[in-house]
Amino acid sequence: MTSTVSAAGHTGRRNDSAPAPLLGATGLSKAFGETHALRSADISLDAGELVAVMGPSGSGKSTLLHCLAGIFRPDTGQITYAGRRIDGLSDDARSLLRRTEFGFVFQFGQLVPELSAAENVSLPLLLGGHKRRAALAAANRWLSRFDLDGMGDRRPGELSGGQAQRVAVARAMVTEPRVIFTDEPTGSLDTAAGTAVLEAFTSAARTHHVAVVIVTHEARVAAYADRTVIVRDGHVKSPAAPTATSGSDESSRQGRTR
Amino acid sequence: MTVRLGLLGLLRDGPAHGYQLKRRYDDLLDPDRPVQPAQIYSTLTRLQRDGFVSVVEGEHDGSPVKRTYHVTDSGVQELDRWLAEPVEPEPHLHTVLYVKVVLALMTGRSVDDLLDVQREAHLVRMRELTGLRQSRDPAVSLLADYALFHLESDLRWLDLTATRVEELAARIARHSQS
Repeated sequence: MTSTVSAAGHTGRRNDSAPAPLLGATGLSKAFGETHALRSADISLDAGELVAVMGPSGSGKSTLLHCLAGIFRPDTGQITYAGRRIDGLSDDARSLLRRTEFGFVFQFGQLVPELSAAENVSLPLLLGGHKRRAALAAANRWLSRFDLDGMGDRRPGELSGGQAQRVAVARAMVTEPRVIFTDEPTGSLDTAAGTAVLEAFTSAARTHHVAVVIVTHEARVAAYADRTVIVRDGHVKSPAAPTATSGSDESSRQGRTR
Repeated sequence: MTVRLGLLGLLRDGPAHGYQLKRRYDDLLDPDRPVQPAQIYSTLTRLQRDGFVSVVEGEHDGSPVKRTYHVTDSGVQELDRWLAEPVEPEPHLHTVLYVKVVLALMTGRSVDDLLDVQREAHLVRMRELTGLRQSRDPAVSLLADYALFHLESDLRWLDLTATRVEELAARIARHSQS
């Protein structure tokens, strides 16, 4: 991707250059009745970083994403976003945070079928009180960044699965969020279409300095991320680099020469 | 290589004669391809030379001499070292990975830890390949894809194995009792 786009709108929103993570959580627990989905989970992510969250079905990875994103309120634990606690915010305050600071992409793009692609992308701006003309212009810019030039007038039913999912990424990006949360974003796509969607996320992180959290069970998706954490039985495990784990001299033949 | 570590793992379970080792090896570690007795004995000789195995000569009813093999402390260390380090991620690892899982179970190691270390090693390699596949050269890109698909298959197998560890542990336990 060429860097023809600027990350306008992000200046002045960060009031520090401290090494604190953009989004961090410690000791997160969340139970649904008798089911403990999260048990003292810790995670942090920096601006511009893609982090894959993997783990078996039912391990708590989606719950982790929902807690970080302010959709669920954790039972215990702290969540800090851009230097302030967000775990105790009211429903309204969390809702505002989700609309203004975060973006979401789910497995099935959840586009509004009656609206065109450009209208779908502009929706978050219209809901935020922007003028229609400006919102559509911004929407078309984002469509263009994800190789969807000329697709703005099409309805979701007239797009391929991969195109529709990139429209969903454009919609998530149009408010210029600082964190994107996505759950199995390529789940229903073939490899080539999935690759284009993943490259859209990569561009969001690299060019626009957005932190991206990808929940996935697919290693090929996780391989696009800068690092992977594994959720198992509600705990988050951050694997050490393999070469550091084994530590013995003999294992230093990890070189890729051949 | 696998026969060597496989024998150390089997001996970790307890001292054994050569023919017992062959039987257990075939049954537990490579059910598809019986290992040749000569390979068992030559490998045991090398393990003994390297100090990983010790031999006790015993008499059986006063006549033919039977050798009992024991794993030494450095043999245990060698096995532990091998189990703790990930296998170089490359296609067609299944035999080595499978043997590692069985030996981890037999020696009371955490299979989850072993699988996590391996998964991370695979993901590190897959991240490198994902960088390569964005090359403009389709040959580079397609070869990277080829390797990515194979490594992904390994990982699917690792994930499935993680869900069936208890079944496998039960099978091993049944065998040890017999």
